[in-house]
Amino acid sequence: MPLISVSNLTKTYSMGDIEVRALRGVSLDIEAGEFVAVTGPSGSGKSTLMHILGCLDRPTKGRYTLEDKDISALSKNQLARVRNNQIGFVFQGFNLLARTTALDNVELPLLYGNARHSSADRRKQAENMLTTVGLHDRMHHFPNQLSGGQQQRVAIARALVNNPSILLADEPTGNLDSHTSTEVMDIFQQLNRTKNITVLLITHESEIAEYGNRIIRFHDGTVASDNRNLDQRIAKNEITENTRQDDVNVATDSTN
Amino acid sequence: MVIRVAVKALGRNKMRTSLTMLGMIIGVAAVITMVALGRGAQSEIEAQVQSAGTNMITVRAGNYRRGGVSMGMGQSPRLDTRDVAAIRDRVPGAVYLAAGVRTRDQIIAANQNWNTTIQGTDIEYPQIRSWPTDLGSFFTPIQVQSAAKVAVLGSVVRDQLFGEGIDPVGSRVRIRNQSFQIIGVMESKGAGQFGEDQDDVVFIPYSTVNKKLRGRDGTNISQIDVSAESSAAISVVAEQIANTLREEHALGPGEDDDFMVRTQEDLTRIRSQTTQTMTGLLASIAGVSLIVGGIGIMNIMLVSVTERTREIGLRMAVGARSQDVLLQFLVEAVVLSLVGGVVGVGLGFGLSESLTRFLSWPTSIPADAIAVAVGFAATTGIFFGFYPARKAAQLEPIDSLRFE
Repeated sequence: MPLISVSNLTKTYSMGDIEVRALRGVSLDIEAGEFVAVTGPSGSGKSTLMHILGCLDRPTKGRYTLEDKDISALSKNQLARVRNNQIGFVFQGFNLLARTTALDNVELPLLYGNARHSSADRRKQAENMLTTVGLHDRMHHFPNQLSGGQQQRVAIARALVNNPSILLADEPTGNLDSHTSTEVMDIFQQLNRTKNITVLLITHESEIAEYGNRIIRFHDGTVASDNRNLDQRIAKNEITENTRQDDVNVATDSTN
Repeated sequence: MVIRVAVKALGRNKMRTSLTMLGMIIGVAAVITMVALGRGAQSEIEAQVQSAGTNMITVRAGNYRRGGVSMGMGQSPRLDTRDVAAIRDRVPGAVYLAAGVRTRDQIIAANQNWNTTIQGTDIEYPQIRSWPTDLGSFFTPIQVQSAAKVAVLGSVVRDQLFGEGIDPVGSRVRIRNQSFQIIGVMESKGAGQFGEDQDDVVFIPYSTVNKKLRGRDGTNISQIDVSAESSAAISVVAEQIANTLREEHALGPGEDDDFMVRTQEDLTRIRSQTTQTMTGLLASIAGVSLIVGGIGIMNIMLVSVTERTREIGLRMAVGARSQDVLLQFLVEAVVLSLVGGVVGVGLGFGLSESLTRFLSWPTSIPADAIAVAVGFAATTGIFFGFYPARKAAQLEPIDSLRFE
């Protein structure tokens, strides 16, 4: 049984008189533990798909099952619960609360939902998550005191704090340089491997899509291709290579 | 926990929060100060009335016609000391009574003289007017019975004849060539309700006025001062007095009163109405500023909600339900308006206090004004905070998240 199963998904926006058909009958299954990169030009419908899969938006037509649950039949409040328990979001613009410490930002999902956590418990979980993404020394910093990469790591910690089964990332590297992008991809790959979290990565950059083990290409609201990526890029290796390169540079510098 | 979330959210933008509160603070403070001023004026008038005499009722002799010529109010010879006795017997609510006769004459002490009101009265007069003596004492019953030539001076008369601060008790003054012994000086009472100087007076027993000054042995008096047992009893007592006097004077059903009963209530009603109108006016001006404050709150709340649409979207993306978002904004509005209201009340108290201290304007702050001001402020705050938040909470999360 696939983790996510959509069939014949359609989404139509009406903007004044013009009807925009963002999705035109998309069907696909995603198994638990996959790292799926969804790619395609802008306007191809990949973000719309993510919003529907993330229960942020509803399809116009079609069927969406998540862990055997028919999502199309859920109420607004039930959708909020699914978002809280099963899904973690990472956005291009980080979407951190301004003037709020990293720790408080990560705690945010724990404030909602059915499970009532004590404040000490929330703090602890948030601290653990920030440590996992390597920000144990930045817990009390505000977003404007953090670099883009650090902000995105806070956002990842926030997405993970409720132990979701799916991580949905919408252009997570869009605002980051290539080095930081690789670091973020490394975090995703590790989460995917060690914690078996299903990752759905939306990106228009094909190099970033190469980090997935399955690549789905969208075109005009339909799936243009859907392939296993046999040549998956491994972020960790690239980082160590870069570091080695850096070490060499440093060594050369010091000889001068 | 909801409160913590709201307080944290408010603390995140201190400038916006304090500006929002400022509108509320000014509105509430304005209402409190205005109402305090109005109430202060009102209670000052009440105090003036109190100083005129506690629950005082005045009976004056009526018009007297002699051969078709009206002699004017107070000239009827039909009010006399028997009437005082009758009221004392039959109107238990009349606790203090004093017969009164008024005249005006020259009063001489050594080489000084002064023209003033000679008020003939009885021993209970100080109680009726709540007006104690400053030096010496008032008449004794024996002095009244024996028509003793004793006088109690008003402070102005003392000042004119002897000089300020001098104790003239024991000295003698002359009125119509008769020597009177000074037995006391009244406390200064200041201006009366009509601006007259109440201290420009000499008190002597009414019997002395009749026998020694008017030279007649009559029992006629021109007025009776009465003190009712309580302010609530004033009108009842006044009516009982009128009935008693009609009986005493054997007036038939169709005949007009030959006396007149006036109460303090009649006099104060008009002045109270004036200040009530003033208070109303001030309060409505303050109300306008409260509404302006409310509109300020609405503006900032609307801007704030619009500005925070993405925050709302994000909170929903991580699992907040519509009602969680609503509740947060509602609590924020309540906290804002409550804190603003309380600070406003404090500022209002401070303003009123300084008006009293530096401008000596009397102020008094009624509890209901506080409740109304804070209540109204809270309602505006909640309404204007709730409504935009509800709109935001009803959006699909993705629309809030995408909002630019």
